[in-house]
Amino acid sequence: MSTAEFEEVAMMESDLISARKQAPSELRAENVSVWFGKRKVLENVNIDFPKNTVTALIGPSGCGKSTFIRTLNRLHELIPSAALAGSVLYEGKDIYSSDVDPVHIRLQIGMVFQKPNPFPSMTIRGNVLSGLKLSGMKRDNHDDIVEHTLTAAGLWTEVKERLNHAAGDLSGGQQQRLVIARALAVQPSVLLMDEPCSALDPASTLKIEETIRQLSKEVTIVIVTHNMQQAVRVADNTAFFLAQEGEPGHIVEQGLTTDIFGQPQDQRTLDYVNGRFG
Amino acid sequence: MFSRLVTGAAFTSLIVLAGIAIFLGVQAVSAFQTQGLDFIFSTGWDINTDPPTAGIWGMLYGSVLLAVIGLVIAVPVALMLSIFMVFIAPRKLSSVLTNLIDLLAAIPSVIIGLWAFYILNPPAEQWQQLLNQYLGWIPIFQNTSQNFSGTPFIAGLVLAIMMIPIITSISREVLSRTPPDLVNAAEALGCSLWTMLRYVALPYGRGGIVGGVMLGLGRALGETIAVFFVLKLTFETNWYHIIESGGGSIATLIVSRFGEVSGPEELNLLLAAGFFLFLGTIGVNIVANLIVNRTGRLQK
Repeated sequence: MSTAEFEEVAMMESDLISARKQAPSELRAENVSVWFGKRKVLENVNIDFPKNTVTALIGPSGCGKSTFIRTLNRLHELIPSAALAGSVLYEGKDIYSSDVDPVHIRLQIGMVFQKPNPFPSMTIRGNVLSGLKLSGMKRDNHDDIVEHTLTAAGLWTEVKERLNHAAGDLSGGQQQRLVIARALAVQPSVLLMDEPCSALDPASTLKIEETIRQLSKEVTIVIVTHNMQQAVRVADNTAFFLAQEGEPGHIVEQGLTTDIFGQPQDQRTLDYVNGRFG
Repeated sequence: MFSRLVTGAAFTSLIVLAGIAIFLGVQAVSAFQTQGLDFIFSTGWDINTDPPTAGIWGMLYGSVLLAVIGLVIAVPVALMLSIFMVFIAPRKLSSVLTNLIDLLAAIPSVIIGLWAFYILNPPAEQWQQLLNQYLGWIPIFQNTSQNFSGTPFIAGLVLAIMMIPIITSISREVLSRTPPDLVNAAEALGCSLWTMLRYVALPYGRGGIVGGVMLGLGRALGETIAVFFVLKLTFETNWYHIIESGGGSIATLIVSRFGEVSGPEELNLLLAAGFFLFLGTIGVNIVANLIVNRTGRLQK
């Protein structure tokens, strides 16, 4: 690739990024505070997730990132003693308003967890389709869904010959991609990922990251990660969470990933992204 | 020295088990010599003839019928109770319930029998009248004598009360071990409690729950004294009229005849009947343990 071509590509990339930054907001948290019992764990989180972007939530352990991501599809409320203030707007509507069915929200806003959790008693194919079965959603062309979602999750070529094998036979990395395919089968428009690679080896991590980049063309992705290189590799935007001793967690700084890692405005962000704590 | 003592103690239980099996087996053989296969396949008990006629079919069948009635009542209740305790109830209520249910399992069966006879019986007769009145067109709820006391239904109900703690406590244990990852996955896929149970928790716990049901069944088959209090023992086979007075049960036959046993011949017949009870309960318990152990291994 010549220098001119390279610059052109770089230009296009940056255009893309600025276009994304201005994209309409798909999901948005406004003044979200969270309590477990009497303990406040998150304070006044405001953040915007523009359509078809990848946003990384970074920060040291215990700063409330995982708690926050679970408020975005109402999984948070399933924990006894958990309470929430503020609002989460999905396509402009508060998902916590009383006329919203949480089941419906969880189908629109899918989730991938830290540990791969396919249903061990089901086959690979059964796992992909399990979301449809569990939610009672009717869709035709199951074969197409299986092929399409497994392709999108980067797993199709590895498993197409053994769709009827048990999901437990797959490696950890494959299981995690299977779980991504499962989340995609119900056609969510947002995918939440809570440290999806922390239990995986580097090769699988790379595969998942490729998958995330591919998916972001169609889906809005929010990813919690402890791996800062990962945030740089996959995320358009980054938010840095921090909880000081005894204080609830909050967002210290957020913006384009390039800015957060290249020229952070806050000293604490600078220290964290340079690995001085956390 | 100590290890020998322990080994000896361990073998004692095997020896006792074998001793009981052999003793009862010998009795059964001699019963077969006088009665032939009629001992199992006929019904009746007349010790004044020579040789005495004895057939335990009604009792064998009755034991199974009572156990089935008990299971039909106990399994849904126990399952719902354990689901409530694991997935719905707040933690404190759940632990209170756990303790209460364990206590229920500790009540001696003679107490349950007395309680059933004095307290449960009168309302249960009315419930059966209602069943007969509104569902009498179903053959099992027919009653021609309008006598609703001492029925297999009441005995089954009492057995259910005794099985519920066993089945609940095992199901609760098994369900509470559903991996949280899987529950999370199901919830994130927009699952209601019901679909999560149906596709995740119940399939996961199925082996353990079936094992718990089998253990409950083992208790029901062998239960003697509580049934003795509430069941009117008859020597005709009550095939399916579960709210008609009168039914059979091997254990109850033995305990009710033993006190007024006429002589060594009848004693031999009772012991032979006991042999079949022994076979049944041992068999059910072995199967239950196999199932529980197998699923226990799978979960590790």
